[in-house]
Amino acid sequence: MQTDPKQSEPRNPSGRAPDAGEPVPAPAPLPAEEGAHASEPITSDPGRMVAAPALDHHAMAEAPPGAPATPADARAGGQLLTGAAARAALSPIPLSPGRLAWRKLKKNKLALSGGVVLIVLYLVALFAPFIAPYGYTSQERGSNFRPPMPVRLTPAPTVYEVKKSRDQFLKPIFIEDASRPLPIRFFVRGEPYKLFGVIPTNVHLFGVEGGKRIYLLGSDQFGRDYLSRLLYASQISLSVGLLGILITFTLGLLVGGISGFYGGRIDDVIMRLCEVIMSVPDFYLLLALAGTLPPTLPPVQVYVMIVIILSFVGWAGMARIIRGMVLSVREREYVEAARSLGVSDFRIIIRHVLPSTFTYAIVSATLSIPGYILAEAGLSFLNLGIRDPMPSWGNMLSAAQNLTTLEQRTWILAPGVMIFLTTLAFNFLGDGVRDALDPKSR
Amino acid sequence: MLLFILRRLLQTVPLLVGITFISFVIMQLAPGDYLTSMQGNPNVNPETIARLRTSFGLDRPWHIQYLLWLKNAVMGNFGYSFTYKIGVFELMGQYVFATLLLAISSMTLSWAVAVPMGVYAATHKNGLIDRMTSFLAFTGISLPGFFVALLALLFAQRTGWFPVGQMQSANYTSLTPIGKLQDVGWHLILPTLVLGTRGVASIMRQMRGNLLDVLGENYILAARARGLKEKVVIVKHAVRNAVNPLITIFGYEIAGLLAGAALVETVMAWPGLGRLLLSAVQSQDLFVAMGSFVMGALMLIIGNLIADVLLAVTDPRIRFS
Repeated sequence: MQTDPKQSEPRNPSGRAPDAGEPVPAPAPLPAEEGAHASEPITSDPGRMVAAPALDHHAMAEAPPGAPATPADARAGGQLLTGAAARAALSPIPLSPGRLAWRKLKKNKLALSGGVVLIVLYLVALFAPFIAPYGYTSQERGSNFRPPMPVRLTPAPTVYEVKKSRDQFLKPIFIEDASRPLPIRFFVRGEPYKLFGVIPTNVHLFGVEGGKRIYLLGSDQFGRDYLSRLLYASQISLSVGLLGILITFTLGLLVGGISGFYGGRIDDVIMRLCEVIMSVPDFYLLLALAGTLPPTLPPVQVYVMIVIILSFVGWAGMARIIRGMVLSVREREYVEAARSLGVSDFRIIIRHVLPSTFTYAIVSATLSIPGYILAEAGLSFLNLGIRDPMPSWGNMLSAAQNLTTLEQRTWILAPGVMIFLTTLAFNFLGDGVRDALDPKSR
Repeated sequence: MLLFILRRLLQTVPLLVGITFISFVIMQLAPGDYLTSMQGNPNVNPETIARLRTSFGLDRPWHIQYLLWLKNAVMGNFGYSFTYKIGVFELMGQYVFATLLLAISSMTLSWAVAVPMGVYAATHKNGLIDRMTSFLAFTGISLPGFFVALLALLFAQRTGWFPVGQMQSANYTSLTPIGKLQDVGWHLILPTLVLGTRGVASIMRQMRGNLLDVLGENYILAARARGLKEKVVIVKHAVRNAVNPLITIFGYEIAGLLAGAALVETVMAWPGLGRLLLSAVQSQDLFVAMGSFVMGALMLIIGNLIADVLLAVTDPRIRFS
């Protein structure tokens, strides 16, 4: 989360940023100078909370550039185009930046696949209570650490009932009993739940009848179905990321906007605060904050507090960068024009200044969500975040800290795979969005 | 240059004060204090608890506690650990060393591997290696740190080639000095690999992107036109410029490293600062928590300072601004 406006100052947690009195090379592009836009490649490292832009010295060295010779030159980025490309570049009907970005995004197969995976994941999370055969607290005594049941597909999907016994070392093992098949039925009536939290129903996607249970991914140490917990945990883990980034986004934009716009004492104070927050390794701050939650707090409140804590650790970096961008934008003519028209300061900030930061903000947000998901998973893994019985991918993995458990029951690593998939998809998508929104990449 | 460093060091002083204040406030947010857990124990006399509370200074108002702590900290006395019963400064020494060791070794690994790989990927763009490294890079930054640590532990357990966590073997004290070095080194390998892979992934992508940008510049074309050998062009001209932006990432890498190290330390039982902070926070050992919090921040600030100095050394524009 150590983000910083990549202007002429070196990354400087305690240093003073160039103030209004000192010349500041404009980091954000004027509309005519797209070709020389400091593309500021944004790196996302989920180890950090908010994605940090990398320094682009060459774009910096060119700023402020001489305006490119012709608009076509600017769009072509100074390269010589021929044929269809030239005609397209000289086309009299330019597409809006949004349309252009969307087309570029659609061409990027990797980003598209990331997007599709994410849509599937979020749909699954939305319908989790329907897809999961059981609730996340429903236990079956005596069924701790059952291995996953393999599904036989012929003649119809069935699973075999499992007998508990002991092997030669008197270790409890589970043996499939081929003589007692349990056919898997679809759309069975099972435990009641509320779909989307409002519609009471008890239809589940699949299940077995006869009072037996199906453990597609095995069970945990308390006899709770792992697959069901995995699905419910997806709701928690995926939503924490989204909510956290929403709050950070809003806070960072507002605070950065106000700080950059007004300058002076307010700017000083806010930036000092941001520096202090950013000078601590984010996980240390998370640990310290999460450790202060009282152990008797009810799970829903824990969830809210975790979201708040995550946003608190992340907003400082974002505010810092937004403030840097605002510093340059506020000297533009259209802001002066708005001010002379009598538009209130607040409206200027929100409607005129901040929108120029949206490109960066959107990319940064997309690339930071995996950071939030990982941070929440890390906290829950250490039992400081979401607590039992509420499942989260992190706290389901905390049982894996015991080496014996990990070795003998490797299926408990499944939530880790889910986290990996989600993060990978977000990174693909974020990369694609960044490339699509970058005016320099054709 | 010296002035630059001095100036930056002076600026860190108020920053540190702010950090200590925040850490103190955070620790005070937790209900109760270290002795609260003892209050529930029927064997402990409530008078003893009250006496302990006074002697620890936990009954004073919080701003007085903070000022007392600050006054002592300036003189080097960071307080006293309630759990371990020794001074915080002595306690932290070993842990700071362990974290530093891990951080430095994984940083060395990631940079030593990532920069050449990034250069190779950029110069052989869209080749097999490029695609593979790109895929590895994506995987590297997407895998959760603690997950990789768990996998590493599993690997160590199954194969027995590496020790399963910790920094020292059981017979550490009876080893020769060289043996001790070897022992710690052997224990260091897996945690370094776990932490380093993430660094490799992000640095390599950055290096590749930067080098690709640089290779499109006019002066590279000019150098080639002048007849310089390709190797010279790449190494002497292109890479030097491409590495520049990476130096600024250096500081962020350090931040991410310290943060990531905390989780890896916990999973692999590496006795580092992150683990100390975790246990201190959980047991509300106030001074240890503050000490490790501040120490973590200090390491980050120093790391950033080093990165800034490096940047000033390589980029004259910063030096003379």
